[in-house]
Amino acid sequence: YKLVNLKVFPWFGLDIGGTLVKLVYFEPKDITAEEEEEEVENLKSIRKYLTSNVAYGSTGIRDVHLELKDLTLCGRKGNLHFIRFPTHDMPAFIQMGSEKHFSSLHTTLCATGGGAYKFEQDFRTMGDLQLCKLDELDCLIKGVLYIDSVGFNGRSECYYFENPTDAERCQKLPFNLENPYPLLLVNIGSGVSILAVYSKENYKRVTGTSLGGGTFFGLCCLLTGCSTFEEALEMASHGDSTKVDKLVRDIYGGDYERFGLPGWAVASSFGNMMSKEKRESVSKEDLARATLVTITNNIGSIARMCALNENINRVVFVGNFLRINTISMRLLAYALDYWSKGQLKALFLEHEGYFGAVGALLELLGSA
Amino acid sequence: MPMRPSKEWVAIKMAERGGRGSGGHGSLDKSITLPPDEIFRNLENAKRFAIDIGGSLTKLAYYSTVQHKVARVRSFDHSGKDIEHEPLYEISVQEEITARLHFIKFENTYIETCLDFIKDHLVNTETKVIKATGGGAYKFKDLIEKKLGLKVDKEDVMTCLIKGCNFVLKNIPHEVFAYQKDSDTEFRFQTNHPNIFPYLLVNIGSGVSIVKVETEDKFEWIGGSSIGGGTFWGLGALLTKTKKFDELLQLASKGQHTNVDMLVKDVYGGAYQTLGLSGNLIASSFGKSTTADKEFSKEDMAKSLLHMISNDIGQLACLYAKLHNLDKIYFGGFFIRGHPVTMRTITYSINFFSKGEVQALFLRHEGYLGAIGAFLKGAEQDNPNQYSWGENYAGSSGLMSTSPDVFPMQRTRSGTFDMFEMDRLERPLVNLPLLKDPSTYIPDTVDLTDDAMARKYWLTCFEEALDGVAKRAAASQPDSIDASERAEKFRQKYWNKLQTLRQQPFAYGTLTVRSLLDTREHCLNEFNFPDPYSKVKQKENGIALKCFQSVIESLDSLGWEERQFALVKGLLAGNVFDWGAKAVSDVLESEPQFGFEEAKSKLQERPWLEDSYSQWLERLKEGPPHKCALIFADNSGIDIILGVFPFVRELLSRGTEVILACNSGPALNDVTYSESLIVTERIAAMDPVIQSALREEKLLLVQTGSSSPCLDLSRLDKGLAVLVRERETDLVIIEGMGRAIHTNYYAALKCESLKLAVIKNSWLADRLGGKIFSVIFKYEVPCK
Repeated sequence: YKLVNLKVFPWFGLDIGGTLVKLVYFEPKDITAEEEEEEVENLKSIRKYLTSNVAYGSTGIRDVHLELKDLTLCGRKGNLHFIRFPTHDMPAFIQMGSEKHFSSLHTTLCATGGGAYKFEQDFRTMGDLQLCKLDELDCLIKGVLYIDSVGFNGRSECYYFENPTDAERCQKLPFNLENPYPLLLVNIGSGVSILAVYSKENYKRVTGTSLGGGTFFGLCCLLTGCSTFEEALEMASHGDSTKVDKLVRDIYGGDYERFGLPGWAVASSFGNMMSKEKRESVSKEDLARATLVTITNNIGSIARMCALNENINRVVFVGNFLRINTISMRLLAYALDYWSKGQLKALFLEHEGYFGAVGALLELLGSA
Repeated sequence: MPMRPSKEWVAIKMAERGGRGSGGHGSLDKSITLPPDEIFRNLENAKRFAIDIGGSLTKLAYYSTVQHKVARVRSFDHSGKDIEHEPLYEISVQEEITARLHFIKFENTYIETCLDFIKDHLVNTETKVIKATGGGAYKFKDLIEKKLGLKVDKEDVMTCLIKGCNFVLKNIPHEVFAYQKDSDTEFRFQTNHPNIFPYLLVNIGSGVSIVKVETEDKFEWIGGSSIGGGTFWGLGALLTKTKKFDELLQLASKGQHTNVDMLVKDVYGGAYQTLGLSGNLIASSFGKSTTADKEFSKEDMAKSLLHMISNDIGQLACLYAKLHNLDKIYFGGFFIRGHPVTMRTITYSINFFSKGEVQALFLRHEGYLGAIGAFLKGAEQDNPNQYSWGENYAGSSGLMSTSPDVFPMQRTRSGTFDMFEMDRLERPLVNLPLLKDPSTYIPDTVDLTDDAMARKYWLTCFEEALDGVAKRAAASQPDSIDASERAEKFRQKYWNKLQTLRQQPFAYGTLTVRSLLDTREHCLNEFNFPDPYSKVKQKENGIALKCFQSVIESLDSLGWEERQFALVKGLLAGNVFDWGAKAVSDVLESEPQFGFEEAKSKLQERPWLEDSYSQWLERLKEGPPHKCALIFADNSGIDIILGVFPFVRELLSRGTEVILACNSGPALNDVTYSESLIVTERIAAMDPVIQSALREEKLLLVQTGSSSPCLDLSRLDKGLAVLVRERETDLVIIEGMGRAIHTNYYAALKCESLKLAVIKNSWLADRLGGKIFSVIFKYEVPCK
């Protein structure tokens, strides 16, 4: 027996955030006939359920495009699946685990994120499961470093935008994060955490802000009546924030040279909405776009100040706020580049919001 | 990233009043009548105008000269005259011209009426230009030029703001305050630091500008944020359908943000303990409104928005402060202006993000900074920065109540015409070089803003004494036909100030006995009662001088040790003669012959309430003579002549030089510098010790630069400070209740000091654990 084989399947990593639950599942592809025979029925059924569907219930989704194929993990070969569902469906998830007799599998369920604490009791009473609770920042960093090291099915996990200040020439390019330290890691979930990472073991949480993905989505719901994040982003992509925001040029007629401020810079987010006429003339799309721009710019601003204070010039943005959100990514890339006069680089990772869950999975295997 | 431009005045000023009362009231403009002796005062002599026009408020500044009466004393030529029956010196009331800065704030609605009024009352025709700043300066340019016939000269908004900020930081004591939530005193006023630079000014208008100010002329825009007052207003209007800024703040103050925000405990079920984040922290602003099904209350959304914006600004301010290594952050702009709700959230945020290392600071005259700066730009040739300036309490409205629920009347009035006046002091004021730590020196012993009991007592005390003061003022000018009318106006004005202070003790900074006394002096001056006690002082000085020689003789007949005690008792007994204390003025008014000896007999027997006489005696016996003593004198008459001078004479005989410091201007019956000159001259004529000391410049008379019955050792005449340094002063003697108890009781000096007084107020005596006429004799030696 090799040590690694001691870890019994199934291998899960769970990250229960404020809005979304992220689940990674390692599907072993090297199961021997002997193993197959020994495999209990409900383990088989779980594997089958997860790998043969792309949607679970009405809200669970498997991000098939993110699947990592032929991954070797703890001596086993297999595929890593990425699944998410809203946190408010946690009770149903626990219920399902209970129905599928997950506890009889005698596996440890490693979970991180605030929900690992919040739902610990429910897991125990409803699902007869003892969670292994893990710190979310530890998991996040482990996950980032691991996924970046294995790459994205032969491609680079990390990328950046070249010529972010030039709309025509701007393009997404791979970035080699071989020597990652030091880096500023900005995790944008419902809220935002900013970490300075100096080595695998040495990191600190620099600060955080409550103006995050939850704020964008929450405000959009209130302002536009939309009900999903996708819908909010879709609206934003068709809106014009300059109708809502007051720009430097709206005040000075052009650049404000005394302070070196370009006319296109936002002077006051939602500043035009102080006027009744303008409030009546903007569309929901404009409001969604302005909300997105406001939140994104603010995160960029805080991240830039942290980078300066910590003397770090690479800023990696992760978190599910960036999922299908090219507008924000390009805005962050642009803002960091422009306001730092090219000194700071914004980097992004393909698996945006899943690093915490990956970290939790790694903890499971590492603790074997 | 959306970086804020310096200041966007149109929107800022619109927000300032939240649209209240502005617009659509064109017909109202003309209907207001301006009372000329209350608003736009001294317009006849006005020159150098400046105006700062925002979206809803206009701030007008002008410089003018004020002619007012001063009492002058002049020595008679006594040669060949019957000295016995002549008064000691002549008192004449003369006109003096001093410079004053006037600032008036009013709603833009009144601008036309105000401009007309100014035009009608403006006499001075040398004025050609008006300096203008603020977004509205464009809009009203033509109107101003047409109405006033002055050329509008525009100045950069941020430059004006910073200039104004530097000016108030340097010149106005208690300009800066920290906001304290849920405290009995919402405002914590700060001691003026001798060095105001560098600091960070965070101006929260429609967006946020963060400016680093390094010197008088050097400042730099280091960053900003687009999430500011405009975001609160604009987004708030969208979310709540509430149009006015003030109403949004009202909503916010009633809401529960926890219904809208996702807290750490909503995510974790409790605190995030690994990081020590409390469960009540906001994890995601508006994180609970991520649903289309639920309704949220306007109040809750407004509150959540307020927290979101305040926290964000506080966080960025802290990040900038850290990057630039600054620990003083002043906040201004319409988002802050007089709103306790925003001061509270910003204070919380700064405290949270700086982990308590940085304090959010606010300015009393924040709304005037632009106007002050614009004025200063126009007045550069007058070198206003060369002078010291003082806030005139009589002519300034003070900080109005910031609570929207309390005193709605006053808020409305302050919204109409708010005034701020500063007097130019003829001589620059500086710190006493002997202060142990100028940056922590607080003159006042009791903070009446803090101490509600003491505040109540003193306000009542001043109220009760007011009729007497007004009567005395009227009586002091028997030849003036309008004296009683003016005295009544004085009474009314001071009464109103006292009522304001009852409700808003923070109106002029920290409320103290000193500020109450000073306000009374300012009000007396306002109605041309420059020196109500001049005749009393004259008479008392005359009487006391007649006794001088016999007092000296009897002192000289005593043995050394007895004499030292008699000298100290003389100082203390002289101090009983104080018209400022009601108990004594009763006795003096009813028993004019109440004499020096009788005063001595009233004194408490040793041990005194505070008694370090033995150490003082020991010091005189054992130690070398002091190099130079600085004495702050108190009352005229018996105090200075029979109390202080014999003491001075003894010091001189020991070989100690003496600097005798008297007030520059009159206050109560305190001896003024000019009176002290005459008195000294007369004593010198009788006493060879004093005479030779004067001739050899071993006795020096100086003025304090003050006209207060109290003493602020951080604002003293520069000449005095120079002399103190030159003569290597090693002993400071402060006498009297005003100077040694109400102020400076706890003042720490670098050299030896004597603080002595007789407590002539039974409440205060009681508080200090003694009885009326208890003696304070505090001899202090700084620890090495």
